[in-house]
Amino acid sequence: MGKGQIPTEEYETRNTKHKWDYKKIKQAHRIVFKYSFKKGKVERGYANRTLYINLSSKEIKEKKVTEEMKDKFTGGRGFGLKLLWDSIKPTTRWNSDENELIITTGPLCGTTQYPGSGKSLCLTVSPSTDIICDSNVGGFVGPYLKFAGFDAIEIQGKAKHDVVILIDGEKGKVLIETAPLEETNTHQLNEQLTKMYASEDTDNSRQKVSVVSSGKGAENSYWGCLNFSFYDIRRKVPRVKQAGRGGLGTVLRDKKIKAIVVKVEKVSGISNNPADPETLAKIGTKLHREIRDLDRYQCNMRAVGTAHLVEIMDEYDLLPTENYRFGSFPKASKIYSPEFYKHFTKIIPDGCWHGCTMACSKTVDGFTVMTGPYKGQKVTVDGPEYETVGCGSNMSIWDPLWILEFNFYCDTYGLDTISTGTAIAFYMEMYEYGILNKGRCDNLELCFGNYEAVLELLHRIARGDNGEFIKVASKGIRRVKDWLIKKDWGDKDLIEDCGMESKGLEYSEYVTKESLAMQGGYGLTLKGPQHDEAWLIFMDMVNNAIPTFKDKAEALHYFPMWRTWFGLNGLCKLPWNDIEPANNAETDDPTKVPEHVQNYVDYQKAMTGKKITKEDLILQSERCYNFQRAMNVWMGRGRRKDDWIPYRSMGPVTKMEYISRKDRYDKYITEKIGISEKDIEKMNINEKMKLLYDFRQDQYQKLADAVYYRRGWTPNGVPTPQKMKQLGMNDSKMLKILQDEIDKDEKAGLNVWGGKYKKGEELPSIHPNYWKKW
Amino acid sequence: MVNPKTVKILKFHPEKCDGQLGCEKACSNVHFKSDEGGEKSAIRIIKDGNSYKMHVCDHRGLCIDMCPVGALKRKKNGIVWLDKNTCIGCQACVGFCPIGAMRKSDERIEPFKCISCGACVRACPNGALELVEIEIDKIKEIVYHNLGVK
Repeated sequence: MGKGQIPTEEYETRNTKHKWDYKKIKQAHRIVFKYSFKKGKVERGYANRTLYINLSSKEIKEKKVTEEMKDKFTGGRGFGLKLLWDSIKPTTRWNSDENELIITTGPLCGTTQYPGSGKSLCLTVSPSTDIICDSNVGGFVGPYLKFAGFDAIEIQGKAKHDVVILIDGEKGKVLIETAPLEETNTHQLNEQLTKMYASEDTDNSRQKVSVVSSGKGAENSYWGCLNFSFYDIRRKVPRVKQAGRGGLGTVLRDKKIKAIVVKVEKVSGISNNPADPETLAKIGTKLHREIRDLDRYQCNMRAVGTAHLVEIMDEYDLLPTENYRFGSFPKASKIYSPEFYKHFTKIIPDGCWHGCTMACSKTVDGFTVMTGPYKGQKVTVDGPEYETVGCGSNMSIWDPLWILEFNFYCDTYGLDTISTGTAIAFYMEMYEYGILNKGRCDNLELCFGNYEAVLELLHRIARGDNGEFIKVASKGIRRVKDWLIKKDWGDKDLIEDCGMESKGLEYSEYVTKESLAMQGGYGLTLKGPQHDEAWLIFMDMVNNAIPTFKDKAEALHYFPMWRTWFGLNGLCKLPWNDIEPANNAETDDPTKVPEHVQNYVDYQKAMTGKKITKEDLILQSERCYNFQRAMNVWMGRGRRKDDWIPYRSMGPVTKMEYISRKDRYDKYITEKIGISEKDIEKMNINEKMKLLYDFRQDQYQKLADAVYYRRGWTPNGVPTPQKMKQLGMNDSKMLKILQDEIDKDEKAGLNVWGGKYKKGEELPSIHPNYWKKW
Repeated sequence: MVNPKTVKILKFHPEKCDGQLGCEKACSNVHFKSDEGGEKSAIRIIKDGNSYKMHVCDHRGLCIDMCPVGALKRKKNGIVWLDKNTCIGCQACVGFCPIGAMRKSDERIEPFKCISCGACVRACPNGALELVEIEIDKIKEIVYHNLGVK
């Protein structure tokens, strides 16, 4: 497929064609319960109601979205938090009956004019972290859910048998049907459901159906992701985007949901009924033109998607290699983006929602599967994205085809590539040290680079293999650390320091050793170490633009708030700074991309008709961000101890890492710790590593001090009632909980700064109870 | 499906143009049942010193590969056609048209473009416009997805 201007009917993927007995599959469906709703109209971005489904009690109802809810929580992730707060308990765990799986949209979600406007935000109590995990995802479900009539869907309880939930915006019906005969794995299930639920046997009709699904891997691990489909009229396959992080797919399958299907009657450019569609078209067109003219000189998203980052990260020593031991590797050029470009299908608008001309959702069509149940078949692989390629380098897999194979199976089994890849990389390092071995790994030779063993591990997880290792390995790094320590197979500190998880969630794919701000960007987060809150490596490490703790804290306030805003509105972050206006470098604050920030102000204004300033956008986020941290505190995981990060993310854990970057670390010790070059010469490597270890741990605590202070939290990381009130979040139950927890910390002597400050070093505030004076 | 080989596109003879914009008015009548011309016309005549320039779609069809819903197609007669019932108003074609000939009016969210209907040709009293037949393969343009600098 190299030619352009081909009529959509004439495209061909060369994929294996399936023939299923749809009549038989349909006949096996039995309606368990149902609900009829009045079709509504979306007004200025809001459907003004949410849908509640309880699979245990078989109840379905609508909840009204009040003006107050819109003012305080904006939409999207904010609505999700509010719905969870009203429904769960602090003791709720991922598999509790009252845990909810929530999919939300946001007021700007579903706009077609502005690139990146089709994101859904998914929330649940995560199996990995025991707190709320939010994950954003493309695909058509979010926009369709809203156009069908709901700002969010909230699913509580568990079904007895596998069900499909149909939200039919065409007929105004919600149906919960048993679905015993459909496949479970995404690529096949989506094909079946998209065909079965489309009103007519046409591509345009299939494009009006979108599916949420997971797979067999999600049933048997904590890494379950949600796949959101978007039917591609040219390739004629439902493609998928993933809400990857935190085990949302695991919760989906625990609730015995095989899939959620959302259908709409019609989509138009003004389905959101914006207050001012002309402005939307104007700012959207302006951005389309920027992308047209500049993308190929900037990120090259339209050609290779996020994979363009691989070569940049390798160049700056940031590409995680062999479980984050290194940031670059001689073989890395084998997996640079041009290697994937060769396989990508070209000349197709690859946006995961209509009108996104960033078009980063790249695809390999007609890929021949090399292992497992689908061996020999030809399939469409969605991706790989940068993170998935980064998992390849992390596991020391340097073959694009095997990265594609890993990518395909993770997707169809419903496994998050990031958690899966990061975890396996850790197991491989433990294997190298002999802490794990073939016997302990249920006969898998999990050494670095063994792609066949990696795929075999995935297949075994998907099959529900009962091996002791498979069982624990599929629950992620945190559980494996505990298991290894309990078995006494290795040094506890080494195991804790090497395994890249925080709060129980696996890290995404960036090496943060030399950027303190980015260590905070991973550690001082709400859901765990994911780069969607802040990405400060270049600002901090390369450009040295935020040298002091105060500067870093300001960045760790502004950027997480700014990026949270996308999730409140149903937007993608990429069109904000992965394309920049030509004159951006000459503006006051290039890292914020001021012109695009103004676009978003105008955008929200044009949608809702409300008067808005750029400061209001940050305020909207701050409300929800603090609300989520407060919920973490409520659930027992929102304090300094929970913002712990493994030392692998701060510095060299092993001698090999130190030696491989000896000049850098020696220089660091001279410049930052103040040891003279002469004295360094006399020190042995263990002494130097110890020195570095203590210094960097202390730096991280000082950073946490500065950040907590900037965010208006106690020195132990708890949002204060004073701060919540200041933001207008006056829920009395929440304020009381926070006060009680702060009082407990006070009694335990925990309301103190964490860094060791020497004379002359500035504390964030000399009053540790500074917040009381507000 | 037999792919069309030729298409009729507009040719402009500036020396015959009197700048009265009858063509624009005729065009806006086709698209919006309005005599306003200007923003509502797919063809624009622009003053260029002492002469005039025409600005209109040349049916190279770059936009066809931009459309996420398949609303842009080459019709049997070779013209690039926007089906406004299928269009979802994303403006991708407006933003990516290299000559800015895909137009958007405040009248509706879906864009509009020249359909080589000849209304403007008929409206011009001086014969400054004509429709000429050319081979599609000679004008067809595909620049979507280039790795690196074009």
